[in-house]
Amino acid sequence: MPDPAIEIENLTKEYPFGFLHLKKRTSLEGLSMQVEMGDVFGFIGPNGAGKSTTIKLLMGLIFPTAGSARILGKPISDVEMHRDIGYLPEQPYFYDYLTAAEVLDYFARFHDLTAADRKDRVDRMLKKVGLETARKIQLRKYSKGMLQRVGLAQAILHDPKVVILDEPMSGLDPVGRREVRDIILELKKDGKTVMFSTHILSDAETLCDRVGVIVGGKLRGVGAPGTLVDMKTLGMEILFELTKPSNVPLLSSATRTGECYRLQVPEQELYGAIEQLRGAGARILSVSQVKATLEEFFMNLVEADRAQGAAVEVSEQ
Amino acid sequence: MRRAGVVALNTFREAVRDRVLYNLVFFALLMIAASVAVGQISIGIEQTVIVSLGLSAISVIGLLISIFLGVALVSKEMDKRTLYALLAKPVRRSEFLLGKFAGLVLTLAVNTAAMALGLLLAMLYVKHSLERSDTVVLVAVYFILLKLALIVALALLFSCFTTPLLAILFTVGLYIAGLYVQELRNLPIEVMSPPMSAFTKWLSYLLPNFENFNVMAMAAHGRVVPGALILQNTLYTVVYCTIVLTAAAAVFSRRNLK
Ligand SMILES: Nc1ncnc2c1ncn2[C@@H]1O[C@H](COP(=O)(O)OP(=O)(O)OP(=O)(O)O)[C@@H](O)[C@H]1O
Ligand SMILES: [Mg+2]
Repeated sequence: MPDPAIEIENLTKEYPFGFLHLKKRTSLEGLSMQVEMGDVFGFIGPNGAGKSTTIKLLMGLIFPTAGSARILGKPISDVEMHRDIGYLPEQPYFYDYLTAAEVLDYFARFHDLTAADRKDRVDRMLKKVGLETARKIQLRKYSKGMLQRVGLAQAILHDPKVVILDEPMSGLDPVGRREVRDIILELKKDGKTVMFSTHILSDAETLCDRVGVIVGGKLRGVGAPGTLVDMKTLGMEILFELTKPSNVPLLSSATRTGECYRLQVPEQELYGAIEQLRGAGARILSVSQVKATLEEFFMNLVEADRAQGAAVEVSEQ
Repeated sequence: MRRAGVVALNTFREAVRDRVLYNLVFFALLMIAASVAVGQISIGIEQTVIVSLGLSAISVIGLLISIFLGVALVSKEMDKRTLYALLAKPVRRSEFLLGKFAGLVLTLAVNTAAMALGLLLAMLYVKHSLERSDTVVLVAVYFILLKLALIVALALLFSCFTTPLLAILFTVGLYIAGLYVQELRNLPIEVMSPPMSAFTKWLSYLLPNFENFNVMAMAAHGRVVPGALILQNTLYTVVYCTIVLTAAAAVFSRRNLK
C-alpha cells in the first residue's frame, strides 16, 4: 500500500494564556487521522473547533505541543516537501502593493520554474479563477472574494500533489463556489489529494470521499459521508396544496409555506394520511423519504458538546 | 540563497511602491537651500558646513527609515498575514529573514547613494570644483550605510520577539547606548569590584559600537580616513550582523504565527 498523503498522529496544540501564561487552552487534542492519496477529504466542525489550527500545524505555521504529522511521507518540518503541497490560508491576504499577476509570479519564483513557464502558469491560473480582467489591478483594490480567488490560484499554481484549503468557498458568490467545486473535482481527476475545511455541509457531502468531523478540538468521526450518518429513513414527507378550505386534524401538524403544505409522517402511517388528505380535497405534489443528513449528525454532535461544555462551566463555578 | 534573493527584491519593490524614496525630495530641497544660504553668508567654511549638514541629514533620514521599516519588515507580514501563503512555499524562515534584511539594506543603499550624489552636487555648487580628497565624503557615507545595516539587523531581531512599539524603543535605546560604548570601555574598570568590571567589559563588547563609524569631523575637514579603519568597520558590521541575524532566525523559526 502506498503511503497516505497526510498522516496525523496524536497532534495536540495548547495555547498558553492568562497571568504569566500559566493556564493553557487546548485547541486541538490528540488528533489522529489519515488522508489517503487521491482522496478529497472534508474537514468540518463548528467555529473554533480547531480546523484552522490543524491546517496551520500541517503547514508549519504553528508548532504542536505534542504529536507529529507527515505529508507525502515526509515530516511536516521538512520545508522542501512544500514543493509538492499547496495551501490556501483562511481569509487570505497578500501584498497589497502588487497586482494579481505580480503576486502569483512572486510565489512562482520559489519553485524552480523558467521565466516562460512562470508566465504561462500565471496566465492559466488567472484564467482558471476568473481574474483575467483584473490582473493589472493592485490587490489593495480587490474585494474579499477576489482575494479568495488569488489565494486559490497561488495554492495550485505549482501543480502540487497535495492541496490543503482552509475554507475555500468562504466569501465567494454562487458562481465562485461552483467554480471552486469544479476546481476541486478537477484536482481529484488529476490524481491530486485535496483536504479542505468547510462549514457548507452539502459541499462536503457531494465533493468528499471522506469527511472528518471535529468538535471542541477532538475528532468525532471520520468516514465516507454516507457511512458517517445513520442512513435509516426517519419518515416520509408529503407536499400538497389545498383546493378548498378544510379542517382535517392532520393539517394542524403540517407547516405551510405560501400555498404549499408540508407534512411529515412515520412510514407506516403514509397511506392513511394520503387517504385523509384526498378526502379533504388536497392535491398531492410529492412524497419523499426523509433521511438523516450530515447536517443532523453534525448538529447532534455540536449540541452534545454544548451540553457538556455547560456542565463543565457550572462545575467550575 | 536564491529564495532569499527573491524575497529581497520584493522587499525593495515594496519600499519603492510605498514611496519610501520620496524622502529624497526632502533631502534635495534641504541641500539646495543650504547651498544657496552658505554661498551667501560664509567665506571659507562652505565645505565644512555643507558636508556636516549633508552627512547629518543622510544619517538621520537613514536611521528613521532603518528603524521604522526594519521593525515593520517581519511584524507587518505577520500582522497582515501575508506570511502565511509565503511560508507554505519551499522557503525556510531563515531565508525569509535574510531576504527581508537584504531587501531593506538594498533600499537603504540606493537611497543613501542618491543622497551622496546630491551632497557631491551641493559641494560642487559651493566650491565650484571637487578634489581627490573629497572622496572622504564617500567613505563617510559608506560608514553610515554600515551603521544602518547594523540598525536594521537589530530592529529585525527585536521585532521577532516583541511588539513593534517595544522593538522600536529597544532599537533606539541600543543605538543611543552604542554611541557611548567607547566611554564605557574607557571606564576605569580596575577600581570596580570584579563582578562589576566583568559586567562592564562584557557589556562594552556586546553593545554595537557606533563610535568608529563616525568620521564626520574628518570628512568635514577633508582629512583622509585610514584604509585599516574601512576594513575594520566592514568586518565588524559583517560579523555583528551575522550574529544578530542568526539569533533572529533562531527566535523566528520557533515562533507560532497567530
Ligand atoms: N493564537 C491563538 N491563541 C490562543 N488561542 C487560539 C489561537 N488561535 C486559535 N485559538 C483557539 O483555538 C481554537 C480553535 O481555533 P481554530 O481557528 O482552529 O478554529 P476553526 O475550526 O478554524 O474555526 P472557524 O470555523 O471559525 O474558522 C479556538 O478556540 C481559538 O480560540
Ligand atoms: Mg478556521
